[in-house]
Amino acid sequence: MKQYLISMYQPDGELPPPEFLAKVMAEIGALRTELQEAGAWVFGAGLHAPGTATVLRPKDGDVLITDGPFTEGKEHLGGFTIIKAPDLDAALVWARRYALVTTLPIEVRPFQGEAED
Amino acid sequence: MPPSAAEIEGIFRAEYGRAVAVLNRGFGDLDIAEDAVQDAFTVAVQRWPADGLPPSPAGWIITTARNRAIDRLRRESSREDRHAQAALLHAQSELVEEGPVRDDRLRLIFTCCHPALAQAAQVALTLRLLGGLTTEQIARAFLVPEPTMAQRLVRAKGKIRDAGIPYRVPDEADLPDRLRAVLAVLYLIFSEGYTASSGPALVRDDLCAEGIRLARLLAGLMPDEPEAMGLLALMLLTDARRDARTTGSGELILLADQDRGRWDRALIAEGQDLVRRCLRRDQPGPYQIQAAIQAVHGDAATVADTDWRQIVQLYDQLLAVAPSPVIALNRAVAVAEIDGPEVALALTDRIALDGFYLFHAIRADLLRRLGRDAEAARAYRAAIERTGNAAERTFLERRLRAVSAH
Repeated sequence: MKQYLISMYQPDGELPPPEFLAKVMAEIGALRTELQEAGAWVFGAGLHAPGTATVLRPKDGDVLITDGPFTEGKEHLGGFTIIKAPDLDAALVWARRYALVTTLPIEVRPFQGEAED
Repeated sequence: MPPSAAEIEGIFRAEYGRAVAVLNRGFGDLDIAEDAVQDAFTVAVQRWPADGLPPSPAGWIITTARNRAIDRLRRESSREDRHAQAALLHAQSELVEEGPVRDDRLRLIFTCCHPALAQAAQVALTLRLLGGLTTEQIARAFLVPEPTMAQRLVRAKGKIRDAGIPYRVPDEADLPDRLRAVLAVLYLIFSEGYTASSGPALVRDDLCAEGIRLARLLAGLMPDEPEAMGLLALMLLTDARRDARTTGSGELILLADQDRGRWDRALIAEGQDLVRRCLRRDQPGPYQIQAAIQAVHGDAATVADTDWRQIVQLYDQLLAVAPSPVIALNRAVAVAEIDGPEVALALTDRIALDGFYLFHAIRADLLRRLGRDAEAARAYRAAIERTGNAAERTFLERRLRAVSAH
């Protein structure tokens, strides 16, 4: 089995209305249950806003701490899920579900190495 | 008679896709498969001229390549290469063919044309792995420096391996979408050969031939997919006009002005037969309909004899299943033959294709036929600005001079 990182990218700025978010969260929860029942779930969580990030940079043997995020863009990593899947097509089936549920662009990236069963 | 070097190369070229596909199933790694076939080629070049051709060259290539790959992997795995060990294990467990044989090349086509790969990479992989073209040949065909093409191939193969792009024919549910991607890649290979988007020659024959060879392969491997047959028919019917399409000096000749005696009747007959078989299936799709349009042209002894009404009807059908401004533009050209250039010109007013040279070339021609020479000249200039193909540019410049002279 391989492991894949499914990242959800959300636009910066205001969040959608709470009733929409509540529906999305419920559907993400149902999807998680499905992944767990299929034995494909590894880990997943939503992240706080990018403004809460802290960045550390090595400098002359010391480490400099600054306010984040690391990269500024129009979108940011809103949350992610790690799954186990036999191949990319199987991972894409799950990622597609996340795209439909969240209405967000999703990125799928393979982890190096094999998953431990 | 011992085979010549060119014959050996020809045999390897023809068998390359099958050999790589079978070995990839055995070893689970495209690089190992490719290196193994290359090793087998080196052995063949040494032995075949002295020993003569083996009874089954295809079988010989696969067996030799497989043995060479196992030797190579054993050497490497003794150096603690985990990747080599894994490939060796994979090969030993799967050397025996099991279950119903679905051609390995079909799996390989779907791997090469996986939507997770950029289309330029899909095209390059398909030509390299299935077509057996060298990286240098592919680079030359697409006017890309060889190192760039080599890098594109390495990167694509790396993604197949690292991202775990599977080596199999997609499930029923995914098949229509995935097949569309495969058909698009094959058609792009053919079209790039037929109207090279840039460069000195209008046609690059080797890409046309490769596109047809691959479409023939796909149609044979997927006999239940009428669109695969439709694509092959479309290529054959288009290719039948290749010789008539340029002058001796390589200048473009439009369909209306072509010497139809130079059309390849055998290709037309084969294409039309495929179109008839598609019609009997009655599951129309974009490639089948485009092939049917070309089949109608193939029936006409002269431009005047062309059944333009049927062509317009087919374009209507095509617009219904695959709406696109380019198809609307082609429909307008057919309408001009029935209702005259003025009606057709009004149709093109509603098409948004300003960046496409053919849009301006077609409008220029309609304006020319209406005697509106100044507007025609402007449109020819717009078309010339937008084409990178030297033969088409020469043609358009000649037309521009003709309307400017009045």
